[in-house]
Amino acid sequence: MAHESTYQPATGFERWLDSRLPVVRVMHDQFMVFPTPRNLNYWWTFGGILTFMLIAQIATGIVLAMHYVPTPEHAFDSVEIIMRDVNWGWFLRYSHAVGASMFFVAVYIHLFRGMYYGSYKAPREILWILGVLILFLMIATAFMGYSLVWGQMSFWAVTVITNLFSSLDAVIPGLGTTLVQWIWGGFSVGAPTLNRLFSLHYLFPFVIFGVVILHIWALHVPGNNNPTGIDVKSDKETVPFHPYYTIKDGFALVAFILLFAAVVFYAPNWLGHPDNYVPANPLQTPPHIVPEWYFLPFYAILRAIPNKLFGVIALLSSIAILFFIPWLDTSKVRSTSYRPIYKWFFWAFVVTSIGLGYLGSQQPEGWYLIAGRLLTFYYFAFFLVIMPVVGWIEKPRRLPGSITEAVLGHEAPEAAPSPSPSPPPARKRKRAEEVL
Amino acid sequence: MTLSSMRLAATMMGGAAVLSLSLLGSAFAKDDAPEPANHAPEIESQSWTFGAPFGTYDNAQLQRGFQVYKDVCSNCHSMRLLSYRNLGEPGGPEFSPKAVATLAGQVQVTDGPNEKGEMFQRPARPADHFRSPFANEQLARNANGGALPPDLSVMAKAREGGPDYIYALLTGYANAPAGFDVAQGMHYNKAFPGHQIAMPPPLSDGVVSYTDGTPKTLDNYARDVSAYLMWAAEPKLEERHRTGARVLLFLVVFVAIMYLAKRTVWAKLHRDDATHTA
Repeated sequence: MAHESTYQPATGFERWLDSRLPVVRVMHDQFMVFPTPRNLNYWWTFGGILTFMLIAQIATGIVLAMHYVPTPEHAFDSVEIIMRDVNWGWFLRYSHAVGASMFFVAVYIHLFRGMYYGSYKAPREILWILGVLILFLMIATAFMGYSLVWGQMSFWAVTVITNLFSSLDAVIPGLGTTLVQWIWGGFSVGAPTLNRLFSLHYLFPFVIFGVVILHIWALHVPGNNNPTGIDVKSDKETVPFHPYYTIKDGFALVAFILLFAAVVFYAPNWLGHPDNYVPANPLQTPPHIVPEWYFLPFYAILRAIPNKLFGVIALLSSIAILFFIPWLDTSKVRSTSYRPIYKWFFWAFVVTSIGLGYLGSQQPEGWYLIAGRLLTFYYFAFFLVIMPVVGWIEKPRRLPGSITEAVLGHEAPEAAPSPSPSPPPARKRKRAEEVL
Repeated sequence: MTLSSMRLAATMMGGAAVLSLSLLGSAFAKDDAPEPANHAPEIESQSWTFGAPFGTYDNAQLQRGFQVYKDVCSNCHSMRLLSYRNLGEPGGPEFSPKAVATLAGQVQVTDGPNEKGEMFQRPARPADHFRSPFANEQLARNANGGALPPDLSVMAKAREGGPDYIYALLTGYANAPAGFDVAQGMHYNKAFPGHQIAMPPPLSDGVVSYTDGTPKTLDNYARDVSAYLMWAAEPKLEERHRTGARVLLFLVVFVAIMYLAKRTVWAKLHRDDATHTA
């Protein structure tokens, strides 16, 4: 949160620098002494993990781009040359491919954490919107990156997804077709398409990096939310970011890297599709065209809608709707822990998202299609009906008076007087202690 | 919130949960239904030396597998991503440099153009890519009744089941069950999706002469060539497994140290809390 600068330039050079470009002051104030709620649990460590993943993807990607050839004739083979003849090429490529999956694992946890604890609510709306923007950019980047392999699944995924724009023909005849040809740079997915996908795949991570800086900036104005969802009331309720959260985030990061490494070294193709080891063939459609696992819920939503244009609109809305949840959620309470009714709907939403992911991997026929439609209905109803209505009718559980009370089970002498004099139930107290 | 509205909400949720569970249940139950003809049949998983996390290739098996490829498969199937030098590299069949040079030298490849502007034939060198049996796709199709024998370089990663699938396919030829109509020029195969494959049974007992005493059976040929194709698709597997063990060991120690460091740093805060609350 915004706080007085405590930076004291120690040397003549630091004073000289500080009066010209106060980077050391910013680092000191924002990353060393930055007051952070002391009760953040491990779900809060994914911000740091995501920063690491972005940097790891950029680092491995830059080296891969030195060896990759973005032409239909050579793309697939150049990837195989990276795997076979480039020093540590197999490691770079598997890290990058598995890294994309791990990036999405982390971002989905980060997103659900934000939703559970109401981190999107005032005064953090801009922070949240920037996060959704990053999600959009990540989806675009991952999609374009997957296309570069130029295997069967790459090629047909590009064909299917770019063709979605042709649905605009239903609005203005010819508009969609024109747009699709403009995107392709021709009359089918081909060399110009691959080349621009490569160009944009290289550009977007740096755009993401820029938005991430804004995201962190927007975080550092109001400061972190915390598991109670209650505002910080005194200095006693915060700890300096360093060393408390550098070490906690660091521990979580190393644990995450351990999982990441286990997949890279022992199951690198686990999350991929075998068809993408078949070179792209415009004359042969694979029996099932499926996207990477992290897009499956959205793919299920697309296919749940019988009309192409409305399917595309539903697909885009399923993510864009996240922009509006700071205003769709009418509850005054941030943390779902204190929301006895909403809690159930929230977990049903998590199950729905996973269920849609499963259905996205299946053929849209019979019961799969019906289930897909029901879950799609719940997906949107959760945002458009449940969020406003439950927030309005629900009576939240009694909130602890302060973070200190939630953590220690009583009011510290320094803290502001609590509106609820009785201590929270023992179960709650125990959980808060475990968190620390 | 009133009691009745809570009850309403609970009923709504309960209903939704039961509905979605039963839907999911029926979705899973569908898996047991008889498979449509275009779905891949269940592939039995085999035991491979390279299967376990610390597994390695069996060099002798890869050498035999290469022999099967060279004597049988390579008549129709290319492996354009491999070079003869790969046969001598660590973590593969590991033929001796002399053997690699001999194997390459037995093959004539097209080179050029020379000073006169003409293409010419010369014996292959270890640095050359494997020679493809057909100069282009049309020639390959023409020689195979219209079917294209796929390149085998990454075949072991390009099919669900990988080497298990290749083994199942090569040993999966059988007489078609009664009532199953096999089209002209096609062959019945238990493992192939749709059960009709253009490739005639490529292997049978005794077609490849092993020199190391391994029994010359269809089963051994299929197993060895599947292992060989896995190596061809994943030539750095041994390096990956070895490096992975070191990396994971390092990370396990690192994560333990980080955990202890985290505990130590936060302990002071917790001690202070204890004093304050005492």
